[in-house]
Amino acid sequence: MGKRKKIAERVTTLMDKPEMIRNIGIVAHIDHGKTTLSDNLLAGAGMISMDLAGRQLFMDFDELEQARGITIDAANVSMVHEFDGKEYLINMIDTPGHVDFGGDVTRAMRAVDGAVVVVDAVEGAMPQTETVLRQAIREGVRPVLFVNKVDRMINELKVEKQEMALRLGHVIDNINKLIRGMDEEKYKAGWRLDAANGSVAFGSALYNWAISVPQMKKTGIGFEEVFDYCKNDNMKELALKCPLYVAVNDMVIRFLPSPLQAQKERVRVVWHGDWDSKVGKAMAACDPNGPVAFMITKVKVDPHAGEVATGRLFSGTLERGMELMISGISNTNRIQQTGIMMGAERVEVERIPAGNIAAVTGLRDAIVGSTVSTEAITPFEMIKHVSEPVMTVAIEAKNMRDLPKLVEVLRQVAKEDPTLQININEETGEHLMAGMGELHLEIVAYRITRDKGVEIKTTPPIVVYRESVVGKAGPVEGKSPNHHNRFYIEFEPLEAGVVDLLREGKVDMKMDEVQRRQMLMGEGMDKDEARNLVNFFGTNMFINMTKGIQYLRETMELILEGFEEAIRNGPICREPVQGVKAKLMDVKLHEDAIHRGPAQVIPAVRQAVQAGILLADPTLLEPFQNVFIQVPQDQMGGAMAEIQGRRGIILNMETEGDMIIIKAKVPVAAMFGFAGAIRSATEGRAMWSTEFAGFEPLPANLLLEAVKQIRTRKGLKPDMPKPSDYLKA
Amino acid sequence: MQLLAMLFFVGLGLYDERDISIKGLDVVRKADLVYVEFYTSRLMGASIERLEEFYGRKVVPLSRQDVEVDPAWLSKAEHSNVAFLVGGDPMISTTHLDLRLRALDMGIETRIIHASTILPAVSGLTGLQNYRFGRSTSIPFPYTARGRRVVPETPYHVAMENRRLNLHTLLYLDLQEERCMTVNDGVEILLEVDRDRGDGLLGSTLGVGIARAGSEDATVRADRLEELVHHPFGGPLHILVIPAKLHFMEGRALMALARAPEEIVKEAEI
Ligand SMILES: Nc1nc2c(ncn2[C@@H]2O[C@H](COP(=O)(O)OP(=O)(O)OP(=O)(O)O)[C@@H](O)[C@H]2O)c(=O)[nH]1
Ligand SMILES: [Mg+2]
Repeated sequence: MGKRKKIAERVTTLMDKPEMIRNIGIVAHIDHGKTTLSDNLLAGAGMISMDLAGRQLFMDFDELEQARGITIDAANVSMVHEFDGKEYLINMIDTPGHVDFGGDVTRAMRAVDGAVVVVDAVEGAMPQTETVLRQAIREGVRPVLFVNKVDRMINELKVEKQEMALRLGHVIDNINKLIRGMDEEKYKAGWRLDAANGSVAFGSALYNWAISVPQMKKTGIGFEEVFDYCKNDNMKELALKCPLYVAVNDMVIRFLPSPLQAQKERVRVVWHGDWDSKVGKAMAACDPNGPVAFMITKVKVDPHAGEVATGRLFSGTLERGMELMISGISNTNRIQQTGIMMGAERVEVERIPAGNIAAVTGLRDAIVGSTVSTEAITPFEMIKHVSEPVMTVAIEAKNMRDLPKLVEVLRQVAKEDPTLQININEETGEHLMAGMGELHLEIVAYRITRDKGVEIKTTPPIVVYRESVVGKAGPVEGKSPNHHNRFYIEFEPLEAGVVDLLREGKVDMKMDEVQRRQMLMGEGMDKDEARNLVNFFGTNMFINMTKGIQYLRETMELILEGFEEAIRNGPICREPVQGVKAKLMDVKLHEDAIHRGPAQVIPAVRQAVQAGILLADPTLLEPFQNVFIQVPQDQMGGAMAEIQGRRGIILNMETEGDMIIIKAKVPVAAMFGFAGAIRSATEGRAMWSTEFAGFEPLPANLLLEAVKQIRTRKGLKPDMPKPSDYLKA
Repeated sequence: MQLLAMLFFVGLGLYDERDISIKGLDVVRKADLVYVEFYTSRLMGASIERLEEFYGRKVVPLSRQDVEVDPAWLSKAEHSNVAFLVGGDPMISTTHLDLRLRALDMGIETRIIHASTILPAVSGLTGLQNYRFGRSTSIPFPYTARGRRVVPETPYHVAMENRRLNLHTLLYLDLQEERCMTVNDGVEILLEVDRDRGDGLLGSTLGVGIARAGSEDATVRADRLEELVHHPFGGPLHILVIPAKLHFMEGRALMALARAPEEIVKEAEI
């Protein structure tokens, strides 16, 4: 306890020297050794004992994480490291590797400037390695590479000396290929990883040693020696001579940028306001005396302190008592405490200057993604999560008296975890919770009982669907209740390339109009349509093809609201709509503003959209996962049968040594129980992982049955609705 | 008067149960069924009970839903006499035309019993000449759509267009279940739109507020809009006029009837 306080004091003295700060994230595919490596850095900073480093798993402080042996939540720690006789403040985030918690990685990448990419030397670059690397690069976060578990390569794979070097070189090449593919410019500008310059280190996090070319020159210990130490079962000594944290610090401090260097460029990535404005310049300069610009990347509701909001402070200084504005909220919030995180603990400090990762209380209205500032500023770019919720459970309080409390708790949970989608139904008391996968939902449900004290019942998870159209319809007429306003709308599928642009967040309504039009046309959109885009919701577009209609301008927000309502809860079975293009072709509006207010326009448009979707050859889309399986050749048959028996499609097969690597695509609905099945089908020899692969149409022969099931579960009339159900006379 | 199966649109006039015409009263007293609709306009001086007592009939109130979306009661007029009561004149609100057309489609005969309506009353109360009014318009309450506050701008533009053509503008004020827009609210909204869209000088122009037209204590006040926005007008209903340049007779009338300050009237005279 006292020790941590002391470290906190040293941290505080360094906070004001941004050139001595590194904000880093540890990222990797699941199980490649991030948390084990974090232990080594913590031990190097004197926060935990060197003897326990690699086994204590300090950053997995939740009992659930320890029990399951995986990281669930990204966790922050601030520590001080000495390097070349100087002290550095390292703010580190250990991130989870499991796909279900990928949102934590995305958010952590906003807070940091550099990433240590950890790769298991035996497994090499895996699908999640690529995903996390992409997220880092998209955020302007620079990577260095730690090739971990080199001991396994020597002791388990029994690789010879020469082959070891070859294999390690192969791992680096693969990562470089990925970086180059993601951002060629940066790659050429020095982000290429190179063992020779020291931007790559090799080692064993479990046994606490690592080497890199610059370190070899100091210690005289290279691959040959390492090989022998491992072979002779003498890694203890190796760890004394070449402690892991030294090699990693060498990389982190020399190659990863300080906030002072990083913010110059990152501001252009994460903030699209006016870069020449006062706050824009303050952020680029990491100015502690500038206006506050604080981006929230994590919110946790603490039973005592209330909402603890953690994030990256790009400009200004945070202090207790400050009244700050929160994007999207009209009133201000007052900071109660400012602190830094030390794993599970929050340590209060007087003030936090620009360039640091801060944890503050009192920002009650802040959510993940909020921009917190002293003056009204353009909000930071939204954090875009790569996966979408694919599974949902219904959740209910076990005891009647907990009904109101559960609603409150679910609101908290939604605030803490933005990848969770919660639908509260106070009428029935049966709420819906959609998440990234079975594990995600299981953990959230477990924590509702454990941490928030509400006993709950959940249904088994079922997949979520999307509604869409295959054909064209319209113009469909929507009439207002007073009959005096009419909207004529056409519907068709949105071009696939445009759907991708929207999903990846590459176009938005704030960007330059000409550029947006060009991008849309590049994906096959008609010129007039691209020009007349009014707005989009998710991957659905609303286009205004009318000309010169009086009063349309001031009615448009209401039209969009009607459109959005219909899109959020689709007409087929109230699942979200995706990939629909709606074109407003004609409008008749009442002369008088009172007769074309919200009560008239919203239902008219909503009903037209609902009916229109049903008229345009409606369909359901189901979520798919990519499934990667590594399996010995002689077990391949079992693995293939598992995929094919689950409506899966084999996308690719590669041989690597005596292993086969299968890449397949399988509907999430058919993946239940896969873990057990593949284990028995391959005698436990298969290694596999999954990732989100988007939504695709449900086969026509399954459509009606699926609609019936979903509607029944939601307490709707079981039959597929008809357009006339939505079009009132 | 002989009554066949028929739907009568009966105007109730301006203020209370006694503003109905004798012809209208005849219809109400003889009809098989009497309905009233109070959401497009309201008789502030009368409640349903007062109507029932005075007419000696049961009066069934209709909701917006009953009138606009699902007027099942219309079919009663296929076989009996139905009186449909409306504040003011029954055909001023476009919704009632829709109802009449629906009735005709159903083969129901209709008749209109007119009554006094606000426009001539305003003309009378203010002295602004009837033939100098341009298009009327309504000021709706601002609302929130997709998280943003929206202030409909049509009334502002209509008033500006009329002024350009040197015509007066009558501005109806929004009526919702729980709230009636006051002259102050209405002026406030126009000034807000003017700040966003116009030159911000609207405040210094003349406006006329009228409250409780048709009642014993009708109030009429003319002043600059920036003054009018603070003026107490008392209970509902209110209505607003943005006059054009004044004919000298109109100017005299506003001073005499609406306590318009002389210097403003002089400015506003042609
Ligand atoms: N042999 C060997 N095992 C290691 C090494 N590093 C980590 N491990 C083991 O790999 C397993 C996973 O390690 P973690 O540190 O929990 O991996 P992680 O990347 O944090 O996992 P997630 O956070 O769940 O994605 C544990 O059993 C570790 O003991 C290493 O260098 N050598
Ligand atoms: Mg971990």
